[in-house]
Amino acid sequence: MRAFEYVSPNSRAQAVSLLGAAWGNTEILAGGTDLLALMKDDVITPKRLVNIKEIKDLHGVSSSAQGLRIGALTTLGDLADYADVRAHYPALAEAVMEVASPQIRNMATIGGNLCQRPRCWYFRNGLGLLPKDESGKELVADGENRYHAILGNEGPAKFVSPSTIVPILIAYGSKIRLEGPRGKRELPLEKFFVIPKTESDREHDLRPNEIVTEVVIPPVPDVKAAHYEIRQKEAFDWPLAVAAVALKMNGSNARSARVVMGYVAPVPWASAEAEQALTGQPVNEATGQRAAEAALKNAKPLNHNAYKVQLARVAVKRAILRAASGGAA
Amino acid sequence: MTDYAWPDAEHRTLIGKRITRVDSPVKVSGQAKYTYDVHRPGMLYGKVLRCPYAHAKVVSIDTSAAEKMPGVKAVHIVQGPGANIHWAGDDIVAVAAVDEPTAEDAIRAVKVTYQQLPYLVSDAEPPQGAAQEQGPLSMDDIDDMLDNQVPSQQMVSQIQQYGITAKPTEEILKMLKSDGATDAVLDAIRAATVHPGAGTQTKSNYQKAAAQTLGDPDKGFADAEVVSEGVYGIPVITHCCLESHGSISEWTDQDHLFTHISTQNVSGIPGQMAEPLKIPATNIRVHQDHIGGGFGSKFSPDRWGIYTAELSRKAGGKPIRIMLERDSELKVAGARPSAYARVKVGAKKDGTIVAWQSDSWGTGGPGGGGMPPIPYVFTIPNQRKQHTAIRNNIGPARAWRAPNHPQAAVITMCALDDLAAKLNMDPVEFFGKNLDITKPRQDIYREELAIASDLMGWKQKWHPGGQSQSGGMARGVGVSFHTWGGRGHSSDCDLTIHPDGSVDLKLGSQDLGTGTRTCILMVAADTLGIPLDAINLQIGDTNYPPSGGSGGSTTIGGVSSSTRRAAVDARDALFAKVAPALNAQPDQLECVNGTVRIKGDSSKSLSWKEACSKLGAMPLTVRGKNPDRSKPPDLTNSGVGGVQMAEVEVDTETGIVKVKKMVAVQDCGLVVNLKTAESQCYGALIMGISYALFEEKVMDPGTGRMLNADMQFYRLAGLNDIPELVVHMMTGKGYDERGVIGLGEPPVISPGAAISNAVANAIGVRVPFLPLTPDRVLAALGQKAGA
Repeated sequence: MRAFEYVSPNSRAQAVSLLGAAWGNTEILAGGTDLLALMKDDVITPKRLVNIKEIKDLHGVSSSAQGLRIGALTTLGDLADYADVRAHYPALAEAVMEVASPQIRNMATIGGNLCQRPRCWYFRNGLGLLPKDESGKELVADGENRYHAILGNEGPAKFVSPSTIVPILIAYGSKIRLEGPRGKRELPLEKFFVIPKTESDREHDLRPNEIVTEVVIPPVPDVKAAHYEIRQKEAFDWPLAVAAVALKMNGSNARSARVVMGYVAPVPWASAEAEQALTGQPVNEATGQRAAEAALKNAKPLNHNAYKVQLARVAVKRAILRAASGGAA
Repeated sequence: MTDYAWPDAEHRTLIGKRITRVDSPVKVSGQAKYTYDVHRPGMLYGKVLRCPYAHAKVVSIDTSAAEKMPGVKAVHIVQGPGANIHWAGDDIVAVAAVDEPTAEDAIRAVKVTYQQLPYLVSDAEPPQGAAQEQGPLSMDDIDDMLDNQVPSQQMVSQIQQYGITAKPTEEILKMLKSDGATDAVLDAIRAATVHPGAGTQTKSNYQKAAAQTLGDPDKGFADAEVVSEGVYGIPVITHCCLESHGSISEWTDQDHLFTHISTQNVSGIPGQMAEPLKIPATNIRVHQDHIGGGFGSKFSPDRWGIYTAELSRKAGGKPIRIMLERDSELKVAGARPSAYARVKVGAKKDGTIVAWQSDSWGTGGPGGGGMPPIPYVFTIPNQRKQHTAIRNNIGPARAWRAPNHPQAAVITMCALDDLAAKLNMDPVEFFGKNLDITKPRQDIYREELAIASDLMGWKQKWHPGGQSQSGGMARGVGVSFHTWGGRGHSSDCDLTIHPDGSVDLKLGSQDLGTGTRTCILMVAADTLGIPLDAINLQIGDTNYPPSGGSGGSTTIGGVSSSTRRAAVDARDALFAKVAPALNAQPDQLECVNGTVRIKGDSSKSLSWKEACSKLGAMPLTVRGKNPDRSKPPDLTNSGVGGVQMAEVEVDTETGIVKVKKMVAVQDCGLVVNLKTAESQCYGALIMGISYALFEEKVMDPGTGRMLNADMQFYRLAGLNDIPELVVHMMTGKGYDERGVIGLGEPPVISPGAAISNAVANAIGVRVPFLPLTPDRVLAALGQKAGA
């Protein structure tokens, strides 16, 4: 790892002032589970790390009539342990408990989970977010793309969005709050994720000197939700497809639905097609399958990842059925 | 003549029992020191600049900036201008500095220019007609064959058939011998026809190995009533040792080197370092307490072991530490060759196998590699085989636990299992019917197959392919057979009995984590009639008598035999000193329960301590030697059989495979320690599940680099992926009297084949290649649906 400067501010304003106005020279250190690996592998080479863990008001979870406010520094381990999370957002608790290992969950923060970089093995090998060889030829389309995107992959970005808990947070209608030199802003969580078009773009709507301060989940008293991951290993593995579903029911029919997929596109992929297919319908194997097919109708697999279309369909269908069968919350 | 024979079952106090390994406490408490844990006073840190290209020529190297950096103590060019680089990650320049970041900064300051050359990193089926005939062999070709573990017999026949390109000097022959060439190979080289000037033409990436036939394959297939055809294979995987390769080397004076190295071959390291370092082997001391995995990849000091010592010399003898980074470990420190085959196999309607035909291919990296021993275990009477070796730029191959056998098992057992399915036969019945062609182990396999079937519950679990499904989950079972040699290597040990009753036992062996320490102690303690903890065992140092490298399942046979001999001789020498005190002849004495006494008479006995006091002032030291392979074996032996079964569950919507149960039934002659023997099998099953489901060295066609040289995408099975494992060791009559035989390799051979067969049984269609990943399982299911 290269030498770097380490600063440890104790206020948001201080932290923001210590961050650079351009990407590359400064990075935010929270749990460090992704950042340090990227630095060790020389994928990123920051000159300064801004440790934000000393900023007290970025910690903690609180409930109110507006819902659940999760401080960006809340560890995944703590998040899954909160009684309010388990009681009111059990699908989130479940998704969080599926992440990595207990050791990682005890260090990793929710803010870091949202800001983690793609797991694309070209990116991790230092070949760029939109990987190219020395002659400028794009590498993924003709390369080893078995784990890459099947949706939203028309441009040069072929990686998949790496968070496994973002889909359920989006399905719940969460918002993300950011703070930078120009003040605070709030976005629907799905708007935080963008598909980069050039190597200098990022996959987040985050300015180099902004920090994620909190995630807010609205109250969801009448929502039935579920999270479903397909992965090879039982534990400590990146999934091949993720689906999160939140249903509002009217008897046995879906009054409305949110269907969000992970690991299928460079951004978390909310499927309006699947939502439409479910709305007003009874929720059962047949409608679940129809919604799953609608969700993947526009998939354009690369040459080695057509199987992911099937996996994503199964994830969507199973998440729908799990939600309806009262996975509850 | 002294009788060294193993005691019979009634007279064994420890041998064959279930004894917990003696190094458990230091390992579970974290006190065990691995090479990775060694930190020497004043130690410097080495880092290595590696070539980013799969095939290139080094044009120029400028190390001047690195040499000027504060904290940099030594710079060593490993491969200079003009060197041809054959894989990404190969070593170019090594530096040593006061700490790791400084060494890394120095590496980044080195400027290297390369001329990039065309490369191949695929091991896909060779295009029709692409394979070149083998021409006369160069000494490099022969060295490549040695690197790739081509069997001696096969090498001899190729040398005889094709001749050689130039007559080698005695020096080169000596080098080949030290690389593992057998005398038969050296004789063949000396006798070979020389074709000067041949072998200078550009070589194709694809090289035909000699076609082989046995019996009359045409008639065999004409006689066959059922013929099954399929394609099967297993990719390149890595060793992925959890402790990476590396060493800490220091010069204790101008011409004496002390090295801590992670190795399977403590006694064999000095001989390999002497020539490159230009010092006598006797000036090199090697030490290792514990090793974090080797699996066949740690027999040599490696290029990096040599330049670690060179850097130390340049840095005034200071200790230098180079342990490979995880990515280098996966890229360059060893891989198992791939093997794939199109197989046609025929049988009579009653299941009798009559004919085999295979067109196989695979790669062991730049060396190409040989054909696995197919058909495996079953000597099918009529065979036609052709193999194409792919020479490519994925990095070098090394022996991987049971070299070439897991590949042979997958190709053979999966092809035969498909034939059984085509015959509508239960595989247990089908394989059982054909055991006559597994000679000489047919009786062992028959017995093992019956036990394995019971332990698996095969009769209840087996259904014809694809017929045990409910709710999208398909269940299946599969079986595979394997064999291995495992005769003990040469081993010397010194056993000393001191007049105060203490006992020292020293040998330059190593415990790969298999329980070697415990087994050595059990043999000595059983022979001397004293408890395990009464013996002070020292291993892992070249100050002790040489003992062979731990490869090919040779350690237990070697160290148990040398220890038994030393202990018997020491005991007899002690008896001679003690006999007068007991008014007896030495041959009337025995050692039992910490006493030396007249056989069967506990009233005429001395305690061990009293008996040893009769030695007088001087301790008694004897050397035990297990003879090398030129002598007939006595305490050790060769040739084992094993049968394994797997039960799997396949999610037919996602293609995810879960192993639900595995059964391993294994013979290894006389079992020294039942507990560590079983542990060997458990470990092998775990490793087998991992390579069956997850492991693959993924190469990028666009850059020629390995993409998954990390632990997130080079997947290893985790605890939750491991199901119920049932191990049954064959012991007692018919097994014990054969002597001690190695167990490291055999149980890791069959899991891939057994799991693949179980998946085929579950879903009713073959998934051709390992690992059995969802994409492959879904593709096979799709083909079945479309068929």
